[in-house]
Amino acid sequence: MIIDINFIGLIIASIMASAVPLILASCGELITERSGVLNLGVEGMMIIGAISGFALMTVTGSLIIAIFGAMLAGVLISTIFAFLTQTLITNHVATGLALTIFGIGISAMIGKNFVGIPGKEFPVLYEGLKDTIPLLGPILFGHSIVFYFAFALPFITSYFLKKTKIGLIVRAVGDSPESASNQGINVRLVRYACILYGGAMSGLAGAYLSMIYTPQWIENMTGGRGWIALALVVFSTWNPIKILIGAMIFGGLTIIQFHMQAIGVRIPVQFLTALPYIVTIIVLVVISRDSRKIRLSTPSSLGKSFHKDN
Amino acid sequence: MHKFLIRSFVSSLVLLFTLTVAAIAKDVKAAFVYIGPTGDHGWTYQHDVGRKAVEAAGFKTTYVEGVPESADAERVLRQLANSGHDIIFTTSFGYMNPTNKVAKEFPNVKFEHATGYKREHPNVSTYAARFYEGRTILGTIAGTMTKSNVIGYVASFPIPEVIRGINSFTLAAQKVNPNIKTKIVWAFTWYDPGKEAEAAKALIDQGADVIAQHTDSTAIVQMAEKAGVYAFGQASDMDKFAPKAVLTSVENNWGPYYVDRVKAVANGTWNQKDTWHGIGDGMVVISGLDSQMPSDLQAKVKKLQADLASGKVHSFTGPIYDQKGNLMVAEGKTADDGMLAGMMTYVKGVEGDIPK
Repeated sequence: MIIDINFIGLIIASIMASAVPLILASCGELITERSGVLNLGVEGMMIIGAISGFALMTVTGSLIIAIFGAMLAGVLISTIFAFLTQTLITNHVATGLALTIFGIGISAMIGKNFVGIPGKEFPVLYEGLKDTIPLLGPILFGHSIVFYFAFALPFITSYFLKKTKIGLIVRAVGDSPESASNQGINVRLVRYACILYGGAMSGLAGAYLSMIYTPQWIENMTGGRGWIALALVVFSTWNPIKILIGAMIFGGLTIIQFHMQAIGVRIPVQFLTALPYIVTIIVLVVISRDSRKIRLSTPSSLGKSFHKDN
Repeated sequence: MHKFLIRSFVSSLVLLFTLTVAAIAKDVKAAFVYIGPTGDHGWTYQHDVGRKAVEAAGFKTTYVEGVPESADAERVLRQLANSGHDIIFTTSFGYMNPTNKVAKEFPNVKFEHATGYKREHPNVSTYAARFYEGRTILGTIAGTMTKSNVIGYVASFPIPEVIRGINSFTLAAQKVNPNIKTKIVWAFTWYDPGKEAEAAKALIDQGADVIAQHTDSTAIVQMAEKAGVYAFGQASDMDKFAPKAVLTSVENNWGPYYVDRVKAVANGTWNQKDTWHGIGDGMVVISGLDSQMPSDLQAKVKKLQADLASGKVHSFTGPIYDQKGNLMVAEGKTADDGMLAGMMTYVKGVEGDIPK
């Protein structure tokens, strides 16, 4: 097979496109977890975002309403989670799992009338510049606005957590809600906000799947990507830049194994299919093996309920 | 796991409700057991279209979706049989043993099992569709329309149904164009739009200009549309998802058979049968041909379709060799149904190995 430079550009572009939903959902969940809340409902919020985006696009015909509607749907469903875990002090793990089950069920119910309807074409930016630069052209140009946002998000998230006052407050709440509370920070309010933000990003990730990546609705179309996003947060040790690396490796190996099959590489297909999971975990474990740094970035109170009547 | 929990819960609710409704009516009642959700726009969706045809013919129907191929299936079947259903369609291969087991307990209820081969009791029939006939047509079109001589094929799981499709497709494509190569990629899923799209993209990036699929979602034809290559619809007419890419679709059309069998129960003429219908009986339907296909190809396809329907042409007509060059079907012979049902070897010309 002849490997030319544009072929590599095409492959990298499709790897990036497949990493988008993982990056969005992971970066959202990262903020939620950094505030000390473990929300296992990412898959459920994503699928709600997917059906909401697709349904709104079909009904209203407006892509902008659909995208923001999907984020709002993610916010609404995560409000349930926030209310249960923060106001009623329920267990994070159980509530998060329930949220996923709820999301999958309700999306299937809403989605009944939207099966078999083609989606609308989502506009891409700078399509014309694609062929102007070899290799970089297909990587940099001709993508949707959500794509560019997703690749900016890890850097924004990193800056937000490290350099801004609100970022510091979020981390403080996640590390020691008691101390934060004694400093006059409204822990519950901060956690509510972080949960809702996570919901919005998961909703956007779902909408990306149903509106841009594969414009259609079928039940369970997120196919477990929410769980992978969750795993990425943990294996990246709550570091947004490592999430980006992990998502690229995961998306990359999924696509490269298809290429290897098509070329006819004589490796058992089942092994190739398992490769993305294995390698992503290994790489993230290796790049995050500094235990001092892990201690610093792990939210100490993750998943613990905070009781305080204020 | 969670999916399974909610499905079981919702299924039992639906079941409870429908059983209550069903108990009131008096005519022939048909029940359908589905492996997937009716919203998959693929296998289960098409069975449900068939069920709606039965409703339209004036019969009461019930369905239970997302039933696992385990002891759960038996429980669901027993409940359906107990609650006054006269005929029960079980629409997945894995329901074979539960169907026969429950059929023994309810000799007055008729059972119809899709894609299986066990008929242990006189009240069990089996039925399946010869989808490979449709793939002979797709192969003919693909072999003619390709310019790069590379045809991509997104496959799901290595089972005889899928292998048979790949073979039938490749044999037909080679017949019109001996230079073609069929590149196969296994997605190991029946439907996951993201994965299917990625598989199709990989094949397109490697030069395939016609993509065939044996997975259910419309993601592949949409990807083909974006990339400007050709594709074929699976299970239902997918033309509206990719008007430029889709040349034709092979549709699963269960409705006529279902209506027929339910009517037979109503008339008291139902008897045990093993049905394997193809294009001729209308169980496999070829959608309208795209106008991008040259008129001589369209004529050729129409004729092939008629010949497959009449039995003049068989998808597996010898000489057929396997990958190692061993003769599978001798010159002038056709593969018998037993060979087709258990087909687990690639024919010559297919690249790669079948995943074990």
